[in-house]
Amino acid sequence: MAWPRADTPSKIILAESDLHRVVDRIAHQILEKTSGATGTVLLGIPTRGVPLAQRLAARIHAFEGIDVPIGSLDITLYRDDLRLHATRALGKTELPGGGIDGRRVILVDDVLFSGRTVRAALDALNDVGRPSSVQLAVLIDRGHRQLPIRADYVGKNIPTALTESVRVSLTETDELDEVKLTGGDSGGHE
Amino acid sequence: MIKHLRSAADLDAATATLILDTAAEMAALAGREVKKLPTLRGRTVVNLFYEDSTRTRISFEAAAKRLSADVINFSAKGSSVSKGESLKDTALTLQAMGADAVVIRHSASGAPHRLASWVDGSVINAGDGTHEHPTQALLDAYTMRSRLGRLDGLKVAIVGDVLHSRVARSNVLLLSTLGASVTLVGPPTLIPVDIAAALEPATKVSYDLDSVLPEMDVVMMLRVQTERMQDSYFPSAREYSRRYGLDLARMRKLPEHAIVMHPGPMNRGMEITPEVADSSRSTIVEQVANGVSARMAVLYLLLGGKA
Repeated sequence: MAWPRADTPSKIILAESDLHRVVDRIAHQILEKTSGATGTVLLGIPTRGVPLAQRLAARIHAFEGIDVPIGSLDITLYRDDLRLHATRALGKTELPGGGIDGRRVILVDDVLFSGRTVRAALDALNDVGRPSSVQLAVLIDRGHRQLPIRADYVGKNIPTALTESVRVSLTETDELDEVKLTGGDSGGHE
Repeated sequence: MIKHLRSAADLDAATATLILDTAAEMAALAGREVKKLPTLRGRTVVNLFYEDSTRTRISFEAAAKRLSADVINFSAKGSSVSKGESLKDTALTLQAMGADAVVIRHSASGAPHRLASWVDGSVINAGDGTHEHPTQALLDAYTMRSRLGRLDGLKVAIVGDVLHSRVARSNVLLLSTLGASVTLVGPPTLIPVDIAAALEPATKVSYDLDSVLPEMDVVMMLRVQTERMQDSYFPSAREYSRRYGLDLARMRKLPEHAIVMHPGPMNRGMEITPEVADSSRSTIVEQVANGVSARMAVLYLLLGGKA
């Protein structure tokens, strides 16, 4: 993850209130598309997919009083670029009680970029159980896919240049709610 | 990340904690139906064992296989070593075969250090002579942390044949790094003079097991390594076990929460009685299971990233 330098131009794509509305909308869409979220499990991909999954579950509970099981799925050990970087520390994998067999799993992540994270997540899922179906919810889709993968629920589509980077901040991990697009020559955030 | 794991002294507190945290994630794998991760696909791990071993070799093999690495097992028996091949020539052969990691057990203290200068891959010490056995210390620390919830401030007694024990040396180094305080207990003949100064100045030494037990959180019994003993270090096995063996009466002197550990293989009836070894306070079987997780963590952290 390359943080942009302080002097690179940056633009706020989602401010705090926008981000909350987007999460609300995805929660509604999940309820609509899954007929009330029955038999559904939300699995967040660390780091920021985990608080997003928790927020979605909280909103779904607020709207309809339904408790959707949540968990986290770390994909580090399934990445295809492990040998390109220094060893990465692992995130937490915690499956909800009852597992994922026969359930509809909705993977939750902050940014959809190359699609490689999701590919790794599908491999990881395959090893922990057999869901009846798998869907994908992302806060931001920034394009530039390298694999045939698309999201079922998208908070916001943002056309980006490869040289730009999208930075999602959430209060749980970064002390504020905000999505920023920064230009410059630094690498992208996935 | 470090490249080799030759000594527990290679690990600072942050790295050791990272290994234990990684091991905790790896442990979740044991409960799954598919006990396999693709992480080290295409990597080769050579188990180079010049000394007999059951659990360490099997443990490393299981760990490497669960991470999808290819495993080559080499044991001195039945190899060119019995024709007189030197460690260096064997190392160069492994180098030519492209081993990404060599797990070595050798009767000579320091063999892993020499090996590391001959091969490009990572070297992991799986026990060298009477020197060190760092992955054993890691799995012991992991076991203590998962049973007792912490390592910082723990009081650990390591009891018995400290003189010949690589497990004791690695544990003193690692546990001190992680904030535990270690007391070495045994007959004076089996505790090297000045060992505390040589390893870790804060280490305490005691020759009286009964007085030490009431304040310990962990008591780790060591095997009496008769195969390494050329002199008589104690008058008789019976006298040894009377003074330094852990039986039920001694176990009752421990605080309620304290655990009993043993790196295995055990001499039942010598340093530990069967009733203690099989009691609910004993973590001996757990240590074996944790060994696979700890070694997976080490293999991942040494081999998982950019070489």
